[in-house]
Amino acid sequence: MTDVAKGYELPPLAVDVTRADLVRYAGASLDFNPIHWSDRVATSVGLPGVIAHGMYTMALANRLVTDWAGDAGKVLACSARFTRPVVVPDDDEGARIEFSGTVTDVTDGVATVTVTAKFDGRTVLAKATAQVRL
Amino acid sequence: MGLDQSFIGRAYPPGTPYRVSREKIAEFAKAIGDTSPVRHDPEAARAAGHRDVVAPPTFLIILTLGIVDVLANDPDLGLDYGRLVHGDQSFTHHRPATAGDRLTVTTTIEDIFARAGNDFLTVRTDIADDAGEPVCTGRAQLVVRGEDV
Repeated sequence: MTDVAKGYELPPLAVDVTRADLVRYAGASLDFNPIHWSDRVATSVGLPGVIAHGMYTMALANRLVTDWAGDAGKVLACSARFTRPVVVPDDDEGARIEFSGTVTDVTDGVATVTVTAKFDGRTVLAKATAQVRL
Repeated sequence: MGLDQSFIGRAYPPGTPYRVSREKIAEFAKAIGDTSPVRHDPEAARAAGHRDVVAPPTFLIILTLGIVDVLANDPDLGLDYGRLVHGDQSFTHHRPATAGDRLTVTTTIEDIFARAGNDFLTVRTDIADDAGEPVCTGRAQLVVRGEDV
């Protein structure tokens, strides 16, 4: 990783997110907001249906980074803006989110990785970055 | 509509310390498909120079989500929980959180502003260990959607 330079592309990641994954993440993260498991509640607040936790998508974006970096301790900072919901159908296939990452800066041994997360052909995170110690 | 801007700068004291366990880290890692040995195997974590298994980069959301309850339970602030949306999130790690940490969270409202009929709150969470040393600084933007948006 010491020869990583600006423009380097990380190995991509695709995740098929199912309702079962959302339930598991809800329990693991203690985020039990019903818009992430109840169509009734989700539609009552104007959503098309159950949506994934934004923090779940952000966690997967950072998994792309740590899978590459090999050690979570190297991620010095991470951030993301939640711009569009990932609607997760109640079926076995789920919703496919495709992640890609590019090194957009290297300064003093710290790489900035910018991650793109796409669902249904559109980005669902903005300004998703991680600072990684090389 | 319109949150009181005099709440900018208000700090909420830390609650009960949260103890980070190997089991919770493994559970969180499994939920996000992270199979890295430093999350699951204390020996692998020590070999990589850590005290114990290492939390994934967004793990501390477990602690910072609680701020929403803190804010929603402040009757003076008058936050409408049902209209609350998570706008963005960041974490700056001063050191990696590992199993065995006992962490406290201090919450501060950094900013309140209104735009296009919505209220925005920027909330900072300072996470520290038993010794009072900083572990992580989190920032969340919470959006309270307006009545007719």
